[in-house]
Amino acid sequence: MRVMIGMSGGVDSSVAAALLHEQGHDVVGVTMRLWGGESDTGCCSVSDVDDARRVAQQIGIEHVVFNFSEEFDEHVVQPYVDAHQRGITPNPCIECNRHLKFDRLAERADELGFDAVATGHHARIGSHANGRLRLERGADLAKDQSYVLHMVTAAGLEHTSFPIGHMTKDEVRSHAARLGLRTAGKPDSQDVCFISRADGREHFLGNRIPLRSARVVDRSGSQIGEVPSVEMVTLGQRRGLGVPGGGPVRYVIGVDVSDDEPTVVTGDADDLLVSSQKVHSMTWVDEPFEGDALAQTSAHGEPRPCRVTSTGDRELQIDWGLRSTRIAPGQSVVLYDPTSTWVIGGGIAERSPL
Amino acid sequence: MSSLKDVETLSTYLDHAATTSMHPEVLDAMRPWQETLFANPSGSHRAARAARKAVDEAREVIAAELGVQAGDVVFTGGGTESDNYAISGSVRARGGTAVCSAVEHHAVLDPVEHHAGRTVAVTADARIDVDDLRCVLDSMTSAGQEVAVVSVMAVNNEVGSCNDIAEVASVVRAHAPNAWLHTDAVQAACWVDLSELTPHVDLLSLSAHKFGGPKGVGITVVSNGVTPEPLMRGGGQERGRRSGTIDVAGAVGTATALHITGSQRATASQRVTSLRDELLDALTAIDGVTETVPRLRTVPGIAHICVNDLDSEALLFMLDEADVYASAASACASGAMESSHVLSALGLSDDLRRGALRLSLGHTSSSADIDRAISVITNSIGQLRERKAARKQRA
Repeated sequence: MRVMIGMSGGVDSSVAAALLHEQGHDVVGVTMRLWGGESDTGCCSVSDVDDARRVAQQIGIEHVVFNFSEEFDEHVVQPYVDAHQRGITPNPCIECNRHLKFDRLAERADELGFDAVATGHHARIGSHANGRLRLERGADLAKDQSYVLHMVTAAGLEHTSFPIGHMTKDEVRSHAARLGLRTAGKPDSQDVCFISRADGREHFLGNRIPLRSARVVDRSGSQIGEVPSVEMVTLGQRRGLGVPGGGPVRYVIGVDVSDDEPTVVTGDADDLLVSSQKVHSMTWVDEPFEGDALAQTSAHGEPRPCRVTSTGDRELQIDWGLRSTRIAPGQSVVLYDPTSTWVIGGGIAERSPL
Repeated sequence: MSSLKDVETLSTYLDHAATTSMHPEVLDAMRPWQETLFANPSGSHRAARAARKAVDEAREVIAAELGVQAGDVVFTGGGTESDNYAISGSVRARGGTAVCSAVEHHAVLDPVEHHAGRTVAVTADARIDVDDLRCVLDSMTSAGQEVAVVSVMAVNNEVGSCNDIAEVASVVRAHAPNAWLHTDAVQAACWVDLSELTPHVDLLSLSAHKFGGPKGVGITVVSNGVTPEPLMRGGGQERGRRSGTIDVAGAVGTATALHITGSQRATASQRVTSLRDELLDALTAIDGVTETVPRLRTVPGIAHICVNDLDSEALLFMLDEADVYASAASACASGAMESSHVLSALGLSDDLRRGALRLSLGHTSSSADIDRAISVITNSIGQLRERKAARKQRA
């Protein structure tokens, strides 16, 4: 098989590339150049490209760099900034997978005559009894990345490969060490790749949008604190609200970014509990689904039992069995089968009414 | 894809604007100065004097090719250093700022921007717009802004367009009489008689590896009385203009390469022009493929085309697989293709800019190379278009 492997310069994609090569596939490594600006965290700094290239040389495969920075800016960076401006908590890694790795890169690979795109994600491709492909969690549950891959479709999976999905992170690292790859001990990337760790998110956003201070109020509307930038506040947050200590723990239960008077509403933990959640922009790995499922609302969050009901085109409501913590609007809600093995689909949390 | 051995034997190399292979005579001329005659030319013993003689002779050969005095020839570490020396050295020596065309190589553009300089618009055929040059210089004069140096490339490195440096000089002398005039002649050396450029300019940059010489050697021609501040301070070599131990082999190799280039320029130009015409005629016959700049306005060595519906990166990948080596815009440090400031300055649409392809010919280019390139490029464009259409149909 001719496989294009996305190489970020990290250990997972290094080993994925090596495994494909060992299996006898015709493999070309590709590093996507996504971000033109300064970064010290991400997957597209020059030093990461250096690592990817060196690993490809060591394995003995060709390596090229594709510049997708325009697409990245349009589909990932701009929406990220816009979301903060609208008081929404975005997940840029998911948008990058949706628009770059499993769209732009897959398209490029197809045009260039490749049979598949591979990545170093911790996820597996399995199949249903009827033979249809499905997206399954990675073998290393602590590193499982099926959540950020939920937009991949069954048709897409036919041209996709996750070579390290069956391995634990430790196994990946030992394999890299055995091969003498320079990325064997490289730490996992953690943060948003286009935001420099030194300058931080506030600095990044402040250079692109006006950050506005906001009153922090309790449920009755009395001011109890102030935040310097309402765009930085996330639902459920309890620190950095300018509320004097000593009192009961207060959580953000609502963020109002309206022009006239931006406001952050706080309450106690109980105020965050809701019995249902609306989700929009759903995509399904295979068929649209209604019924009992598990919903996971962050990359490594605990999947919670729920009942799924369609409410329109690519829209649904999930009802929690027990009241459950409200999800920050903009976060992805990913549905798994009741055994928590495979992904049904995923969408984006709507703002729930207070 | 092929192994290193194949790269040496089977490839079709159409990236001479990026670098050229050394003429065999150049390597032969350089070898003794790295082996037995390795002395430092600044020393005071017999071996040092032998090295010094080689450098002095090399400098004279180069000066003769350029029609300048030997003392005007300063050896540097490459074309980028030569450009930086001319721009930053001039601004630091004289105060004020710098002006250049919008399509200069980054080795000029970035220092000019660093010194808060101004850029001048270009015409649709990528030559400096002399009316705009006049306007920019006049507006700077009337705003009381000193212009230390004006820099206009002799030949553009992406699309191959040639500027009329004599005309540029007459505008600069009339509208910024105190400014020094620099030309980046890095892409001109193979195709333009450099001795026709030097009388018009105060500073001129060359890079040896672009004309069959070694990498890591540049030349800045500095006219008498022109005194840019040195970038490198230290041992005071090159009359204090560029400190650092002189690269004897590099100087000898550069002189040899420039002499060969000069003596073969007329015949090489003629030969490469007909190869380039054959290439461009065949490629522009393909639907949606256009010549970026009319070939009458370019040097023979650069054929630049735009394919209206394809990505350069995809096309280059296909060519690479078939061992046809070409380029799009300049590559950035990561190896990715940067979107071209030259093509934006020409006002090309995004679709055309995305499908840019530079095929550059040189002293090793043969008729067989051109035949092979035509067939590979034609097939690659066809194949990419087919797959694109098939994908669209599936969607």
